[in-house]
Amino acid sequence: MNPLPTTLPACGGCCSKLERLTVSFGKHTVLEDISLHFHCGELTALIGPNGAGKTTLLKAILGEVPHSGALRFHDQSRQRPDRPRIGYVPQKLEFDATLPVSVLDLFAGALSRWPAWLGHHLLLRKRAEAMLAQFEAAPLIDRTLGQLSGGELQRVLLALAVTPVPDILLLDEPVSGVDLHGMDLFYKMVSELRRRYDLAILLVSHDLPEVAQYADRIVFLNRRVICDGPPAQVLGHEQVKKVFGVDASLLAALPRRDPAEPPRAARHCAGGAA
Amino acid sequence: MMALWRHLVALLPFAWAQYAFMQQALLAVIAAAVLYGLLGALLVNQQMAFFSDAIGHAALTGVAIGVVLGLGDPLWAMVIFAALLAAAITLAKRAAGGSADTTIGLFMSFAVALGVVVLSRGGGFARYSAYLVGDVLSITPGEIGLLLALIALVLAFYGAFFNQVMFVGLNASLAGSRRINVRAIELLFALLVAVAVTVSIRWVGLLVINSLLILPAAAARHRAGNVARYLRDTLAVSLFSGVAGLIASYYLATATGATMVLFAMACYLVSLAFRHR
Repeated sequence: MNPLPTTLPACGGCCSKLERLTVSFGKHTVLEDISLHFHCGELTALIGPNGAGKTTLLKAILGEVPHSGALRFHDQSRQRPDRPRIGYVPQKLEFDATLPVSVLDLFAGALSRWPAWLGHHLLLRKRAEAMLAQFEAAPLIDRTLGQLSGGELQRVLLALAVTPVPDILLLDEPVSGVDLHGMDLFYKMVSELRRRYDLAILLVSHDLPEVAQYADRIVFLNRRVICDGPPAQVLGHEQVKKVFGVDASLLAALPRRDPAEPPRAARHCAGGAA
Repeated sequence: MMALWRHLVALLPFAWAQYAFMQQALLAVIAAAVLYGLLGALLVNQQMAFFSDAIGHAALTGVAIGVVLGLGDPLWAMVIFAALLAAAITLAKRAAGGSADTTIGLFMSFAVALGVVVLSRGGGFARYSAYLVGDVLSITPGEIGLLLALIALVLAFYGAFFNQVMFVGLNASLAGSRRINVRAIELLFALLVAVAVTVSIRWVGLLVINSLLILPAAAARHRAGNVARYLRDTLAVSLFSGVAGLIASYYLATATGATMVLFAMACYLVSLAFRHR
């Protein structure tokens, strides 16, 4: 297990494919026929009104809710029969503030099978430190989780989610409740991640300005995929305007914070199925 | 082995150390303290204090079932009932969603009521009362062996699954994304607690067993900055209050389990006064 290739840039050739995913609770269909591709090196933002099924979609990808359809990972060289490896940063971690688990304990648990209560090898500490350093979190290594601020905790969880590097990284409104500075720092790092590592990112967010500035592609979900394409296109869509009450297409005209390559290809956008 | 232990203890310059029952009880208390310290540390992390309390109360029902079946020693009936209850609570907690303590409270009420109904019909209350307070002095060398076997079991579990339990306790989805089988881990840990609590309850007593599980860990939390320190401190508090409680109960002629709890509580208060944050 080697989670620390300092640079293994996106190859652009691998892709996690969601194929005809449908989730029903009893007679009620929550998500219908969702087919989406998540390419490595691409940050896809998932937006939609409350109850659109965004969280359910993440839970289906995590394998927590029963669903039809499949999630497959395709590699340039070979097609793995496996599900993609998933990294996950939860929305807001609920835990006892006196939880005596340090940041290092968590990384040790992620990096090695050696039980954390028996102490940590110095080498393991170095590896955890190197990983945390990429997220400006190295000084936090000996803090307990309860001693971290909201923004610090989310950066630590982000570092943890890419240890080892997954095929797809899921971020579920990762900065709700984090202050503006923490939010900016977080997005900056996420944005850098997709260039540094060979992974696809799926971000659930309510924050249209942030999404407009960082996402390569936006998926507007309302139980079905209503619209899927580059920010300018999706943010100008009629239903997006209706749901968010603003003409968000103006946001797309803002200077992008992330000077990465432009989105790969415009995907089709329709009122109905994608 | 036992003879060697007795000789060692007899070397101590105290009156109590010369009695065979105290020599044996000391070993039993040390074993129980290690067992409870280890289990308690994770129990508190997993916020399962109420769960272990429910399992303790279910011992009553196990005894009742044992009485009905005419078993001389109800231990197996107790262990099987506690394991079933632990599995039922763990599965129902997930299925019901919502607040775990409601689910646990529900199952505990059911178990206790069932036990009382069965015992009141069979007239076995006298046997039950021994389990309320417990008696560590009644332990036999074979039963101490059972405690040591339980410690080995817990250590094996902690060696193989500690990191996974740590992630499950933090966030189930996060654990699941790391390909941890959350349900299996939760179930396995619940069963381990059920077996350990049920097997040892007759020496410690239903009334205080949960305090011995929870208090040392709660005391250690105030100052521990990582899990290694946390486990070490929990074990230290558990061992200190166990041994001190045993000796104090000898001189004061009090129930051993409850005396140990008072020492653990004192440790908790001291650590609260000197906590880091």
